[in-house]
Amino acid sequence: MSRAPLAAGLEELIREVERVRPIVARDFNDQVVGHIYARAESIARKVVSQKERPKIDWDKRLDDILTSRMFGFPSMILLISAVFWITLAGANYPSELLAALLFRGQEYLADLCLRLNVPWWAKGFFVDGVYRCVTWVVSVMLPPMAIFFPCFTLLEDMGYLPRVAFNLDRLFKKAGAHGKQSLTMSMGFGCNAAGIIACRIIESPRERLIAILTNNFVPCNGRFPTLIVLAGLMVLGASGSPAATLVVAGMVIFGIGMTLAVSWVLSKTLLKGVPSSFTLELPPYRRPQVGRIVIRSVFDRTLFVLGRAVCVAAPAGGLTWILANVYAGGLSLLGHAAAWLNPFGKLLGMDGFILVAFLLGFPANEIVLPILIMSYLATGSMTRLDSLESLHMLFVVEHGWTWLTAVCMMLFSLLHYPCGTTLWTIRRESGSVKWTALSFLIPLGIACFVCFLAARSAVLLGLA
Amino acid sequence: MGLTYRSSGFGTNRTDFFRGSSTKADFVVALAGNPNTGKSTVFNALTGLKQHTGNWPGKTVLRAEGRYIYRGMVFKLVDLPGTYSLLAGSVEEQVAKDFLCFGKPDATVVVVDATCLERNLNLALQVLEITPRVVICVNLVDEARRKKIHLDIKSLAEELGVPAVATAARDGHGLDRLVSAVADVASGRIRTSPCVVRYSGAIEEAVLKIEPRIRELVGSEFSSRWLALRLLDGDRAVISAVNRWLAREEKAGRVTGGEILA
Repeated sequence: MSRAPLAAGLEELIREVERVRPIVARDFNDQVVGHIYARAESIARKVVSQKERPKIDWDKRLDDILTSRMFGFPSMILLISAVFWITLAGANYPSELLAALLFRGQEYLADLCLRLNVPWWAKGFFVDGVYRCVTWVVSVMLPPMAIFFPCFTLLEDMGYLPRVAFNLDRLFKKAGAHGKQSLTMSMGFGCNAAGIIACRIIESPRERLIAILTNNFVPCNGRFPTLIVLAGLMVLGASGSPAATLVVAGMVIFGIGMTLAVSWVLSKTLLKGVPSSFTLELPPYRRPQVGRIVIRSVFDRTLFVLGRAVCVAAPAGGLTWILANVYAGGLSLLGHAAAWLNPFGKLLGMDGFILVAFLLGFPANEIVLPILIMSYLATGSMTRLDSLESLHMLFVVEHGWTWLTAVCMMLFSLLHYPCGTTLWTIRRESGSVKWTALSFLIPLGIACFVCFLAARSAVLLGLA
Repeated sequence: MGLTYRSSGFGTNRTDFFRGSSTKADFVVALAGNPNTGKSTVFNALTGLKQHTGNWPGKTVLRAEGRYIYRGMVFKLVDLPGTYSLLAGSVEEQVAKDFLCFGKPDATVVVVDATCLERNLNLALQVLEITPRVVICVNLVDEARRKKIHLDIKSLAEELGVPAVATAARDGHGLDRLVSAVADVASGRIRTSPCVVRYSGAIEEAVLKIEPRIRELVGSEFSSRWLALRLLDGDRAVISAVNRWLAREEKAGRVTGGEILA
């Protein structure tokens, strides 16, 4: 069988189509759509009957409040704050319990090593490195995640996300971006890589790129616990209090603001164009299936994210231990790196260790804080760490943190480059090295700039 | 997709979410519908897969696949992206359209929202133009009842010429009847007689001129009427899809209708 007759047949067909088309081409699509709609209407009229309208349309009532110009944003901020507050208030106690439990495990393991005559470097690598980093990831990450995810999923299941999109749509339009970006941004709260994939729902390549480039300005699963712990640290003693909630909510709102601002700049410079319009349908509110949500969010999100964090934390913990224990010229490699980065870190309101932690945390943002704790412990005198108070001791007393350090680290965590997985996803989705590089450099530049600005102005104003 | 352990982090970079297509399926069933009609809920209820369902439109960007067994037969269920129409040409629509036509599913379930049937029927009618083997799944009937909307499912089935089943997928109501109807349609036990939307005189004439040529080329593999309409609409993607299909058929050495007639 040869290709020729078929190809010829197809060509002939296309020629015939071109001959016939001019007769019908004018508003062809409109006519077809019109006929289909008319048919659908006539069928629906035969099939559907509505005897009495329900007295109160609760959906509409609720939408009148939640998506109104006046109450839309306040109710949004209120709801988000409520979720953060529940997370902060609820996570503290189990976190300390877990930490205490897991650190008893560390002592037990150290004991065991001693009795079995395990060489010091093996004990150091596995117990002080791998095990310690993993325990930190578990005790710091697990409680906030176990509370935050079900709450967030609950809002999603009730149908609140499209309302958020509706509220933000106007702002995104003004920023020259696509309204659907509010949805992809919301996905980013879960996972930036998933948010990047979700950008496929935006048809125009220009607006899609904007959405991809700005997705990492909302904190993902991996960065939320960092923000939450640091916020708790800032207002110690009153953690779980409204103050910490306000800090986290403020960070998130700042991230959203940055998303809009960068989208606006991009649409005026690199990615010029007019926003295309779309219709967003507001689905009905639904009674959430609480039981299913809890189970699903624990298994699908919490345990998975935790699993990934542990997988990255184990080698990273080992590596950090090696870096902290291999000495060159009287200073460990970690110390060298931190010392080298320290001036730059100070410029940004942080220190060298924090920057090293961000660098080592490139594969997954979850491990930034555990690595930082490890490197502080490895270089300091403190060895036991089993509560938020001792964390406070470590950071504030031993390493001279101020509220500004915490704020700058939060800002940097919020704004800095996307994690390795996300970058890889961007490379795949955009198909371009150039845009991938930009999606790394733009956030990094902004993070440095914002931290610098915050640190300088706080110092100049005499606040820190 | 929502945020599942498959769809976040590294999992996002897998092209097919539910691979495992190594085992052969007896029937392939496509799942189409408007966004936010509970399509993914139906998908989960049938396959037992815990694909995350979220209450917001445009969640299923990728195609998800799962399988279930009924009457000893294996059904592969393909969850298509939710679309309002197949005529506008967005990425999601292209995916859905391509699969419905060139994926040749043995049956297609169109999930429609009982609370706004009219708008959902637009898509159903367009799907019926592509493939006759359709089952209408009228979902969210519980919501409709709450809103005091009454639906005559039987007359809906008669109007469309294909089976229609009322379901409340969240609670699992009506799913047994749905899988049974799907099995009947897929295996050919029920022969459907889908309603055809007739267009204005000029369009119908043009279709009449082109349709025989299409049939010559592709035989009775695809709906020649639908292909004719798409060609008249100047849908380039369909032309190239037909071209690809022809090339593939030829490679496989299958005799097409074209050769028999030629």
